[in-house]
Amino acid sequence: MKGQLTARQRENRAGLAYLSPTLVVVLVVVVLPILWTIMLAFQRIRLINLRRVGIFGQYTLANLETVLGSPGFWSSLWTTLVYTVGSTLGSIGLGLVAALALRSRFHGRTLVRASVLLPYVAPVVAVAFVWNVLLSPQFGLANDWGVRFLGWDRPIAFLSQREYALNLLGWQVDVPMALLTVIAFETWRYFPFAFLFLLARLQAVPADLEEAARVDGAAPTQIFRHILLPQLGAVIALLSVLRFIMTFNKFDDVYLLTGGGAGTEVVSVRVYEFLTARFDIGAAAAQALVLAAGLVVLLVIYLKFLAPRVEEEEEQ
Amino acid sequence: MTSLIKDRAAFETRVLRVLRPAVITVLALITLFPFLYMLLLSIRPIEELLESPGQLWIGPSEWTLRTYREVLTPAGDGGQGFLGFLANSAIVSVAATLLTLLVSIPGAYAVARLRFVGRRQVHFLFLAVYLFPSILLAIPLFVLFTRLGLRGSLAGLTIVYIAQTVPVSIYMLRNYLATIPQSLEEAAAVDGYSRLQTLRKIILPLAAPAVMANALYVFMIAWNEFLFALLFLVEDRADWTVSLGLAQLSGGIEVSKTVLMAGSVVLTLPIVIIFFAAERLLTEGLTAGADKG
Repeated sequence: MKGQLTARQRENRAGLAYLSPTLVVVLVVVVLPILWTIMLAFQRIRLINLRRVGIFGQYTLANLETVLGSPGFWSSLWTTLVYTVGSTLGSIGLGLVAALALRSRFHGRTLVRASVLLPYVAPVVAVAFVWNVLLSPQFGLANDWGVRFLGWDRPIAFLSQREYALNLLGWQVDVPMALLTVIAFETWRYFPFAFLFLLARLQAVPADLEEAARVDGAAPTQIFRHILLPQLGAVIALLSVLRFIMTFNKFDDVYLLTGGGAGTEVVSVRVYEFLTARFDIGAAAAQALVLAAGLVVLLVIYLKFLAPRVEEEEEQ
Repeated sequence: MTSLIKDRAAFETRVLRVLRPAVITVLALITLFPFLYMLLLSIRPIEELLESPGQLWIGPSEWTLRTYREVLTPAGDGGQGFLGFLANSAIVSVAATLLTLLVSIPGAYAVARLRFVGRRQVHFLFLAVYLFPSILLAIPLFVLFTRLGLRGSLAGLTIVYIAQTVPVSIYMLRNYLATIPQSLEEAAAVDGYSRLQTLRKIILPLAAPAVMANALYVFMIAWNEFLFALLFLVEDRADWTVSLGLAQLSGGIEVSKTVLMAGSVVLTLPIVIIFFAAERLLTEGLTAGADKG
């Protein structure tokens, strides 16, 4: 039998065979659940009647109507968007600063480079807990020092205060305190990721290109603008997409820091609430589905309208 | 005009000479400080912290290891039982790592080397893992595992971790395998090696650094994971992983913060040790291919 197969056919078979364990795992634990979620989203399911529902249950749009009709969902979608955009910009911006600062040799560079990656590799539960304690109004270092050295009137509840009246040159501005703190945490935790990729790209930029510009008297900001930035464009675009997707879907960080309170309820935390507090599986699935759909729409918009522009800028 | 440009270059260079060390210092401070704070708090008596929260450093004479004893002692003996949580985390993470490699090494080899139907479409499948929020997978898996009786078992959690890490594992390994010259395999074939023998005896030894980096990476993901542990294991305290245990206990007020800080150190330490021991291996593995633009 084997002898009758051509080498090409055998290669085809081997390829599929080698990949089959992967396919089975991803199919069973990822693809089928996604399809199932789509079905769940269109059925009235609570935990109580879960055992009785099957593929041929009663399909309905009721969940979707409930979800899309509730004001809480739209505000949480908006929160998710602000949180995602803020964290993506923050982490890439800080990552770029770090990559530029740690690029060339200095004493102790290896150690600093490794330390900078710590927030990214450390367990999220541990670092979220440390931030919680650090920012606590009762026994946190930040508030104690803020009151003692920075002249704050009273401790700031960074993670449990929805709005903070900031006095800016006589103007009262309401700042979404908890949301900003969560964004700051996300920026801190994920800038190392951007840093790694940007640094790797920076080191591949030919040194003589920069040297020539320097000899011609170009200022560092000019070198950055005209030599480095064009080289980094593609990586920054890729990082934006990656960070956007990952933050948009993120659950752990917000859940651990604020539990979704004080104006930080992102959709994934809301889904979790529906699932575990209300046992409303149908509505939870419908929300998760809308979240995924929203992400796909945003990505399509990005790829269609924004991605080509980035490349054009690089050409200049 | 020329002098103006020269002035600008000179001015900026001078500013940067001051700015750069400042930025480096700030970066080192914001990344290291929370971990240092964690460590310092974990060896402080709680009364002392409540009394003066702004004091960072206390004399070595006041240091205490009581916090560590309390957090590690089993719950039955009045402690928090983190030793048991550590064992759970270790079992799940090691199992997930070994199984992920077992699945992804042949998979990566197939994607890197073999021409088969659907090879180009494989990436779309992997994209699904990242494009859809894990909370979306969580709902049906929650239902499915409840039915199969896998919820509340470490085995169920391990399966989920494999699915979450296989795609990134294949991606990293594939990049590395693609750099191994094809002629080596042809030579092995001439020597009468079967494909599986070639993979095991030729490719795998050559790819050892990448496999190692990959293993550590998967281990770290599994060790740090929180959402699925929360969904599947929360009911029975005996099943908790360290991440889950810390998150569950830090919500309440029964356990003092310094004891939980000791728990955070226990949770973080294995990762930090692995990371500093294999930093170069890990960062190069993660960004392989990124410098090609």
